[in-house]
Amino acid sequence: MTSRLIGKTPNRRSVIKGMAAGAGALALPSFFPGYSQAQSSEPIRLGFQLHRTGIGASYGRWYERTATAALNVLNEAGGINGRPVEILFEDDGTDPARGAEVFGKLATQSNCDVVFGALFSHVVVGTAPRAAELKVPYLVCSEGHHVASGMLNRWTLQPGITDVKSQVQSMAPWVTSTLGKKITMVFPDYAFGHDHRDFFTAAVAAQGGEVIKHIAIPPTETSFTRYFPQIPAETEVLYHVMVGPAVLTFVKELGEFYGSGTRPEIFGFIDSLEAVDIASPGLEFLEGTHFWEGHPRYKQADASEAEVFYRTAIGVDDNGASVTDPADVATYAHMFSAWETLFVIKAGMEASGYQGPADRQKLVEAIEAMTDFAEGNDHPQGAKTFNGKTHQAFGHQSISQVQGGKLIRVHQTSLEDGYYPDEVDYTSQSF
Amino acid sequence: MTLSTRIWALHLAVLAALLAGSVLLPAYHQTNVAKVMVLATYAMGYNIAFGYTGLLSLGHALFFGAGLYGAGLLVQHAGLPAGPALLAGILAGGAMAAAVGLLALRTQGVAFMIVTLMFAQAGYLTILYNTAWTRGEEGIVIAREARMLFGHDLSADLPRYLAAFALFAAGLVVKLWLVRSPTGRVMIALRENEERSRMLGYDPYARKLAALVISGLYAGAAGAAYGLLFGYVGASLASTQYSILPLLWVLLGGAGTVLGPLVGALSMFYLIDYSSAFTTASLLVVGVALVLLVLFAPRGILGTIRERWLKWLP
Repeated sequence: MTSRLIGKTPNRRSVIKGMAAGAGALALPSFFPGYSQAQSSEPIRLGFQLHRTGIGASYGRWYERTATAALNVLNEAGGINGRPVEILFEDDGTDPARGAEVFGKLATQSNCDVVFGALFSHVVVGTAPRAAELKVPYLVCSEGHHVASGMLNRWTLQPGITDVKSQVQSMAPWVTSTLGKKITMVFPDYAFGHDHRDFFTAAVAAQGGEVIKHIAIPPTETSFTRYFPQIPAETEVLYHVMVGPAVLTFVKELGEFYGSGTRPEIFGFIDSLEAVDIASPGLEFLEGTHFWEGHPRYKQADASEAEVFYRTAIGVDDNGASVTDPADVATYAHMFSAWETLFVIKAGMEASGYQGPADRQKLVEAIEAMTDFAEGNDHPQGAKTFNGKTHQAFGHQSISQVQGGKLIRVHQTSLEDGYYPDEVDYTSQSF
Repeated sequence: MTLSTRIWALHLAVLAALLAGSVLLPAYHQTNVAKVMVLATYAMGYNIAFGYTGLLSLGHALFFGAGLYGAGLLVQHAGLPAGPALLAGILAGGAMAAAVGLLALRTQGVAFMIVTLMFAQAGYLTILYNTAWTRGEEGIVIAREARMLFGHDLSADLPRYLAAFALFAAGLVVKLWLVRSPTGRVMIALRENEERSRMLGYDPYARKLAALVISGLYAGAAGAAYGLLFGYVGASLASTQYSILPLLWVLLGGAGTVLGPLVGALSMFYLIDYSSAFTTASLLVVGVALVLLVLFAPRGILGTIRERWLKWLP
């Protein structure tokens, strides 16, 4: 047979047939992948559902850098269970439908052991059913309440960042006792804003304060000036949380509205200004106002060694921007979750003696058994507790004030400030 | 072989190939093709309005969303089983199309496009604002226990694929019958020359309304199936993007061809899927593909094949 093949001079038709067959054979492995079992010497493959494009792109860019830096640290320290680790990043376009497809691709095409990294709530909620169908652990970095509310499933966990309900609840005591008890809230008129409205209003009431006005901004709005006259004159604190491309316009127009006259205390979520330079023209009026930060963007005077190590590893300067481009401001308040989640995966795999996909259930059970994360290089944002029943982590929150154009932390909440009664027990659900 | 036999043989062969996919395709592609079949059902409905009747709607996401939420909300809040929820979704799509059509069909051309776009945007914002029911942009998860149809778990790969196939096959057969029936020929006549159709005694308004309602029933069925098969009901699936997508699928596959929506949806899905492995600009790749299509094959893939080689293609 070999000699016949060698001895034959191919004509044009047979060459074309051969090329077609060859192309088909080359295409086959990608379309009909083999299901190779991970060998003990093979790298552990982690999938990362990345918002590389779409509305979450500014977050995604920094999440990728953060996860890559954490991966380097992890591999330099010997990997997981003696095996090297690799991360496969796949762009989900910050779209829930694509998110579920990407999850399937990472889990079944790339044979990833675990998938993590998603931030935007709609992507998480759209993807979680697929995680349960494929029985692949899905560790989200979303800060949404969707995990702890019980709407997702046993395969979906959030061990790297506090959820929004806990965040706003933990800050309400300081806001009402320090800034004022009569509060007006400005928020986007969809689920993200409604969560802030509902959770913060309840938390303020529990502290003896009152939200005297809710101002919901329609999602299609591009100018906000006409909403500001609705702010009652007796308002002591203006609470704002906005996201999306119109954020800068919102903050600038708020400054123009108050001008140099008297204004209430202003408390905002840094989400309004993630990846935006506080020193941007038009934001001068933010001087003296307060922000929630999941993790202080500016290096604080009392920064821990772990915090310095983390900042250096990613390449972020003391002002929270890239060391190579001061205009490239990080999404510092959120991106630590990608780092910390990777080290939770490491701890979980080591605790469960993880060898391959057959041990995925053991990995989930090992994470569910975790209770505390100590502050250190694995958890540079700070110590946390983890509730295995609700699959949710609880960490310290920072309240920072703009002083001299920089965000300086003036208060840090306790872990206990953020606790609330369990709304679900995922451990009672079957796999 | 008679023309009719040839046409049915081709379409049944396509269905047989898709059915074979249930055992031949690996998990990732099985889920993808299941999704493509659901979306192609949506596009077939769009094609009935646009490709056959000439109604260029930019508001079909409203009908898809009506099916999606018509089924999803009843499952979530009323505990309705999947079967009745699917039926409710289909009816919601049809009813929404009837309501919109009664008003929007008083306009034509660009005005029709704008009016349908506005209706769809109103529907999208309604979903966003009513988070107590819909969870807005975040969306809701359809619990696995609620995704049981005739004892089959729709969250499992094979039953989901077969359910999507059944939906697509039913849609394809009905569409093939419809476009070759006298009603279908009147639809085509309206597309080609509305005034001449009127002169022949047909009522354009009633005929176009009927076509839009049929289109809405398809969209509603696809929307309801999407929620039940993939377990997610979210506002982004009722956004403007989902009004544009079926138009692109139909243009790519071939407007006014029965199999064009499947070809278009499948091609675009894998164009994005494979190009995203090489570039973040996967949508740019799609854009370039569409520009090339307009330049070299303006009637779409199957439209061009019909024009040049298979003139009998319905």
